[in-house]
Order: sequence, then structure tokens, then C-alpha cells
Amino acid sequence: MLQIKCPCCGPRDHDEFRYAGDASVGRPAHTDADFERWYRYVFVRENPAGAHREYWQHVMGCRQWLIVERNTVNHTILSVNFSRGTPA
Amino acid sequence: MYGYSVFSILRNGLSGQKHWPLAWRAPSPKSNYDVVIVGGGGHGLATAFYLAENHGIRNIAVVEKGYIGGGNVGRNTTIVRSNYLLDGNTHFYEFSLKLWENLSRTLNYNVMFSQRGQLVAAHSPDQLDGFSHRANVMRLNGIDAEVLDRDEVRRMAPYFDYSETARFPIYGAHWQSRAGTARHDAVAWGYARAADAHGVDIIQNCEVTGFIRQGERIVGVETTRGKIGAGRVGLAVAGHTSTLGRKAGLELPIESHILQAFVTEPIKPLVHQTVAYGADHFYVSQSDKGGLVFGGALDGYNSYAQRGNLGIVRDVAEAAVALMPCISRLRILRHWGGVMDMTPDASPIMCPTPIDGLYLNGGWCYGGFKATPASGWCFAHTLATGAPHPLIAAYGLDRFRTGRTIDEAGIGPFAWLQ
Repeated sequence: MLQIKCPCCGPRDHDEFRYAGDASVGRPAHTDADFERWYRYVFVRENPAGAHREYWQHVMGCRQWLIVERNTVNHTILSVNFSRGTPA
Repeated sequence: MYGYSVFSILRNGLSGQKHWPLAWRAPSPKSNYDVVIVGGGGHGLATAFYLAENHGIRNIAVVEKGYIGGGNVGRNTTIVRSNYLLDGNTHFYEFSLKLWENLSRTLNYNVMFSQRGQLVAAHSPDQLDGFSHRANVMRLNGIDAEVLDRDEVRRMAPYFDYSETARFPIYGAHWQSRAGTARHDAVAWGYARAADAHGVDIIQNCEVTGFIRQGERIVGVETTRGKIGAGRVGLAVAGHTSTLGRKAGLELPIESHILQAFVTEPIKPLVHQTVAYGADHFYVSQSDKGGLVFGGALDGYNSYAQRGNLGIVRDVAEAAVALMPCISRLRILRHWGGVMDMTPDASPIMCPTPIDGLYLNGGWCYGGFKATPASGWCFAHTLATGAPHPLIAAYGLDRFRTGRTIDEAGIGPFAWLQ
């Protein structure tokens, strides 16, 4: 198990959380009509071998959405923060 | 090529097995090739073989960073089937199955293809309706498929849980009798040997670190063993397509995820077909040594580590015992992980790329093994002619822009859920 240090609940196994993908992808504004930006938002991923910012939601705990920075090669977790306040 | 036959076995047996020639050479890279294929897995080696066999192109290098057969071609659960639902997939995988049926003869190498059939259990009337839909689509496309009722399933697989207390009751199954398994290492070795016999240079322990450009065009690769010029470059690097694609300047709809596989201690013959559980992610076959080879779902988060997490070990074991309670005391001998290119629709990407001289074969998700022969065949066509083979016309990179995704599971653009 990965251990994610939830800022509310403390260290918990990752299977209490739901993974929700790359958090570095910025969502275009609803008024944005540029096709290419929406295409990139929905489909294109950096997919780095190394540090990766990603969303996890603590569904079996406080239900907070978190941004976890994790290394995709050795699975070390570098930081965990609330995602609130960060634009999606 | 030194042919393998009953006579060669006898001859070498009588002379103490000392005179077998090497199955393929270990050449140093030349400075230039017509085609350089990056990645010496099943798909890369098959591509090289069919380029030589079907298109007469023999000045080819297959460049592999490790050893051939060390990646996903040696890490899968060896199941071969063509029970796909959607246009774009059905005929491609059926063509692949037809190539599998003659592969040992084509390669003069026993890939131990065993058409023992695949049984996918249905656990509700609605699921059985869904399987009937799939079977009808397959039959309309000329592919063999049957729907079995509970009694027929019970005769084939008496070891499922048919009790009143079964976690998910069994209503029937989807059955494809031409599905089966193959010896996965033999597939890599067979294609390597047959390609080598056509003069293809298989260069192992040679990692591609970058691309050589002439203007906008890619004209070769930089490797840990020097620069290699190429008329055309084909990428077949399952799991690492994003990493190499980025070096070439490609932006891709791919995430790398881990899929685990497991093998138990050997037991007497029990599982005579390949079997999949319809209520959760669990699929199993029995190897010729007697071990149960099985797998489950993705670990569920981006990863390049070739090792899995214990959470999935538990989930898969739970699903296994729910379907087959009799194996609850079996011990697992080994488990391992492979890095998958996951695409947003769980279908592969195979096409010329927007970058001149660069061709892409990736995004195979967890389904690349069964596709090996057809992937090689069609990618060879694409590299030889510069245009996609008709069977892979739907696998272009542009399908995500045009809305023509091929999402068999209907999950939507979330690679980790596919």
C-alpha cells in the first residue's frame, strides 16, 4: 500500500482514496471556444517518469480532495495538500 | 535459417546437443538502416519480420534497451482471443487470431498456441443479454462465438461456485472456442529468430536516448551505442511511449499504469479453458506446468515501476476465490508487474505521426499480446508504404480529436479506469 498523509485524517492506506488523475492539467474557462485547448484538457497527458501532481479524494475518510505529488518511478510521496483554492 | 524439425532434434540429440547454432546473431549497429524499430518486444520483432517477409525490406534494425522478451511480451497472462464488440477492433483482432493459428508454421518455431477456448462467466440475466449482443456482433462479423446456459457452463467448469451462497450467481457464459493461450517467450524468440534469418539486426542493450533530425524530419536515433541513421523510425515501446514520444516532440493521450500477473504452485489439470470472471477483474488459465496463471485490474495510479501493490493482490485473490472456492488454499509462487500504455479509450494507437519519418505503435493497454502478429503485420505495412493498413485505419492518433474513440468498456477518457 502507498501511505498518503491526509491533512485531515493522518497517514492512511491509499485504498481509502480514489485516484483522479493528473492535477497539472488546467481546465479551460467555460466561455473558451478554442477546440485545441479542450482537446488537450480531456486527452493529452504529460505522463512523466518522475514527480507527478495528481488528484486523490479521501472517499473512505474526510472526503476531501487532495493534490498529492508522487514519484511515478519509486512511488515516494513528496507532498500532500488540500486541492481547494487551486483552480481545477 | 537452420530449420527446426524432428530430424534436427534427433540429429542434435545423438550428438550431445552441442551443435545447435545460435537462434539469432548479436550484431553491432551499422551506421544506417532503411528502417529502425525502437523496442524489441513482440510487436517490434513481429514488425521487423513482416517488413522482411511481406515487403522485402531487409535492411532493418530492432533496437532494444534491455534484452528481447524482457518487457511486456514476457509479462502478460498469454491469453489470445478475438471477442471484441466495436468496429475497428473486431476485424483487427480476428485477423490476428487467424495469424496465430498458423504462427508456429510461419516462424518454424513452436509458439505452443493452444486453442482451448475462452469462457467469460455471466452473473446476471442482463449481463447474459449483453454477452448475447457481443456474440451476435461477432458472428455477423464471421467470428465464432456462443452463449452458454448455466448447465453448459457447469459441465465445462464444474469448479465454479454454483451454490446458493455464491457471491455472484452464474447465469451462463460467453464462449469463444478458437481463443486460447500461447507460450509468450516463444513468440518473442520465434519472431526474433525468423527476422534474424531475413537479415534483420537485433541490437540488445542499446537504449534510444534521442532522435536525429534533418529539418523537420527524423532521420535516425541516438543510442547508448552511437548514432544510427534511418529512412524511417518505428516506435514500439509499450509502457514508455510517452517518454520517447516527448523526445520526438509528440504530445500523446497516454498514461503509464501497472498491471500485475500471478502464478500459483502447480496442480493437476483443473482449468481446461481460459476463464474470465464477469463480476470483477479476474482471468485465469492453467500453464502446461500446472500453475494457474491469472491477473486482475490495474493498480490504478500512474506508475513506471515494474512492480505491483499488495492492495491489488488482495482484490484479485478475493475475486478468484469468489468464482473458484476450491483454489483458496493454493499458494502464489510469483507475481510481477508490467508498465502499460493506457489510452483514454483502451484501444491502441498505430499510425504515421505528424512528425515526418516517425511512425507510432503504442497504447496497447493490457491487450497487446493477442495483437502481436496483426500489429506486426499492419505496422510493417504502415512503415513500408507510409500509409496505415486498412485494418488499423481506426487506430489513428486523430480519433481523439474527431470523436471517433473506440471505447469497448464505455468508460470515458479516464485511462486509470479503463
